[in-house]
Amino acid sequence: MAATAPASPRTPYGRARLLALGRATKPIREASGIARGMFWAGVGITFAFILMAFLAPVISRYNFSQYKANGVRFPQLGHPSGLHWMGTTVQSDDVMARVIYGAQTELKVVVIALAMSLSIGVPLGLISGYFGGILDRALVLIMDAIFAFPYLLIAIVIAFVLSTSSIGGGIFTAAIAITAAYVPLYFRVVRNHVISVREEPYVDAARALGARPRTVIRKYVFFNVVQNVPPIATLNAADAILLLASLGFLGYGIQPTQGAEWGYDVSRAVSDASSGIWWTGLFPGLAIVLLVTGLTLLGEGLNETINPVLRRRRFGQFDFEPVPGAVEEAE
Amino acid sequence: MRPEAAVARPDIAEGEPLVSIRDLRTYYSIRGSFADRLVGREGGVVKAVDGVSLDVRKGEVLGLVGESGSGKTTLGRTILGLVRATSGVVEFEGHDVAHVPEREFRALRRRMQVVFQDPHASLNPAMTIAQAVGHPLQIHGLERNRERLRIKVAEALERVGLAPAAQYMDKYPSDLSGGQKQRAVIARAIILNPVLLVADEPVSMLDMSVRAKILELMAELKRDFDLTYLYVTHDLATAKFFCDRIAIMYLGRIVEIGDAASIYADPKHPYTKALLRAIPEPDPARAVPRDLPRGEVPDAASPPLGCSFHPRCPLAFQPCGWESRDLRDLLEARWARKAGEAGVEEEEALFGNLDALSAPLISARLTPPRGRTAAEMLAVLERIRTEDPDEPFWKGVRRLEAVDGRLELDFHEPHDPTLGQSGDVEVACHLYNAPA
Ligand SMILES: Nc1ncnc2c1ncn2[C@@H]1O[C@H](COP(=O)(O)OP(=O)(O)OP(=O)(O)O)[C@@H](O)[C@H]1O
Ligand code: SF4
Ligand SMILES: [Mg+2]
Repeated sequence: MAATAPASPRTPYGRARLLALGRATKPIREASGIARGMFWAGVGITFAFILMAFLAPVISRYNFSQYKANGVRFPQLGHPSGLHWMGTTVQSDDVMARVIYGAQTELKVVVIALAMSLSIGVPLGLISGYFGGILDRALVLIMDAIFAFPYLLIAIVIAFVLSTSSIGGGIFTAAIAITAAYVPLYFRVVRNHVISVREEPYVDAARALGARPRTVIRKYVFFNVVQNVPPIATLNAADAILLLASLGFLGYGIQPTQGAEWGYDVSRAVSDASSGIWWTGLFPGLAIVLLVTGLTLLGEGLNETINPVLRRRRFGQFDFEPVPGAVEEAE
Repeated sequence: MRPEAAVARPDIAEGEPLVSIRDLRTYYSIRGSFADRLVGREGGVVKAVDGVSLDVRKGEVLGLVGESGSGKTTLGRTILGLVRATSGVVEFEGHDVAHVPEREFRALRRRMQVVFQDPHASLNPAMTIAQAVGHPLQIHGLERNRERLRIKVAEALERVGLAPAAQYMDKYPSDLSGGQKQRAVIARAIILNPVLLVADEPVSMLDMSVRAKILELMAELKRDFDLTYLYVTHDLATAKFFCDRIAIMYLGRIVEIGDAASIYADPKHPYTKALLRAIPEPDPARAVPRDLPRGEVPDAASPPLGCSFHPRCPLAFQPCGWESRDLRDLLEARWARKAGEAGVEEEEALFGNLDALSAPLISARLTPPRGRTAAEMLAVLERIRTEDPDEPFWKGVRRLEAVDGRLELDFHEPHDPTLGQSGDVEVACHLYNAPA
């Protein structure tokens, strides 16, 4: 139950915003044991990687493409040691530096890719679902066609086309490649949900009030649809890490000069493994697995906590729980 | 320019038509399945509102009563412009709202508001009560100052009995009871100071204990704000004290309309009579057995011929629209009633598949199965007639004989009853207005 502190009719809007925030996080605070455990474990792991990305220059002793210090070249394929905790690669790079800076690359790519795919997929889904008609049918057809392709294939094609163009094989190329693969997903999820929300009486009520379609979509449809998006976006982030690593592994990802990237490092380490050199592959591989696990936990945790609320709200007419202390109507 | 000035307010005197509906039709197209369309079969239409003419007079409460599926909600939504009319005219304060583009309609919407049946679903779960109730003023640009908006919202909330308003303003709909939510919905509707309020079963989803209170509130608001109500309900008992006039709707048409007092004192249409008899008596000692019209509401996608009430009407006679489907229903009802009794299976075998009777035709032709004769079929029908000679169906049969090994059945010509004056009310029934 929300705060029962007396609110004056002149409550400043800041307070309303605070209330809204409290309400938005309510499902998480009220979630059951397992969901909450998953959620917080996910938050912990993800946050550790984010911290690592931001603090990379501070916590890493070397830069990701550094192969000598004080004029002394690092050993090639050196064992983990006091100077190089995770050893060095065949190019004398410090594995630990590459793992730490890798977090930076992953974060940049995933954030850009998510921002782009959300800002394309969500509005398109809203418009398509709300207005329906020919536009909707055309968009659904296009999106379904893209969706039918394996998304790694789409990402490879886009990455290949862009990297041969002037943009080159940097972070943006990888982000765009991933965006192209995910837009149809957001489009679908949002559109299908809009189609059901569109039939809700409160949407009709908004139209009856004289609201323009833009207002109806923004104020009445959007908020009730986006609740589904955070879990999907988080799960997608996990997926995007794998996709980026796959691109890197196949040689279509971030070019080694542009940034450290775990997938690329793993691909370089494949040949080392047969000669008993385990450290070049193990650490970047572990980083991938850990971050993907963290994001998946976070996403599933969100999913578990948000969806029961959605379900309860949809059948909400049964919870006629009155405001405590309010004048009871049937007095 | 004050934004209010944007909407012309023709002065309509008390009792003059505020809304004028003429021959209004609202059809929903039901899209056939993909397979249907492949073989060229069109999806049909549901004639939810099928030729309604009606005035809502300024200052009155017009009750729209009918069973589920009779098109009450659709009629209300068409007036509000939430669904497009298929044809006909809806004039609101002199503007033909059935055909103005949405853009122009928006300004008029301030003058007509709506309260839906389900208060929970009519409030956006993501908006606080203050945001929801204040939004109409923002939509129409009537109040841009947030402080003043909040004060106006508080006034509206207290007006509908949500006092002190501060206790409700920052709550979300899910924190309120059903009655409280419906009060908030009403506040949202009256904050624009409309002239017309379409209330679509505003209390039917509420607890018994709060229904009367909400209706009382609506009656108060009507007085204070000079409102006109179109009150949709299927509850004739509450309509009796709430409405000035009543329109009885059946399958998309008005079958009887008049002053509430006249309708309750002397219901004319057999459907109205049946509905009134079905009102549960508050005093259990005087309770009569519920006598709902027999059968179910027919499918609005292919309504009966003639008077669409005829399959359920105890008084139906020759011109009421008898047709082949009535014979099918008669036989099926008989077999269902007598399932297991001697001779029933025999009858079923004799008539076999009744699909031939499924098209709405005013003649029926039945061919007996191999080895049986039309005379046997005729004998069965004659036996059914002697068992229950009062069954109205037989009044509709013009000719019944076995000819050339076929059973031939012709019905009387169907006539559509139209609304006509009868005493104090208008009624659409051949008993009162003989077909031309
Ligand atoms: N959106 C729609 N699409 C197709 N058919 C519809 C739609 N809405 C209503 N109908 C059909 O139109 C007919 C009239 O429905 P309507 O909701 O207007 O009836 P009602 O009198 O309000 O019934 P109730 O008392 O159940 O609310 C019904 O047969 C219904 O199935
Ligand atoms: S016209 Fe009158 S008598 Fe005939 S079926 Fe309709 S209601 Fe009954
Ligand atoms: Mg209805």
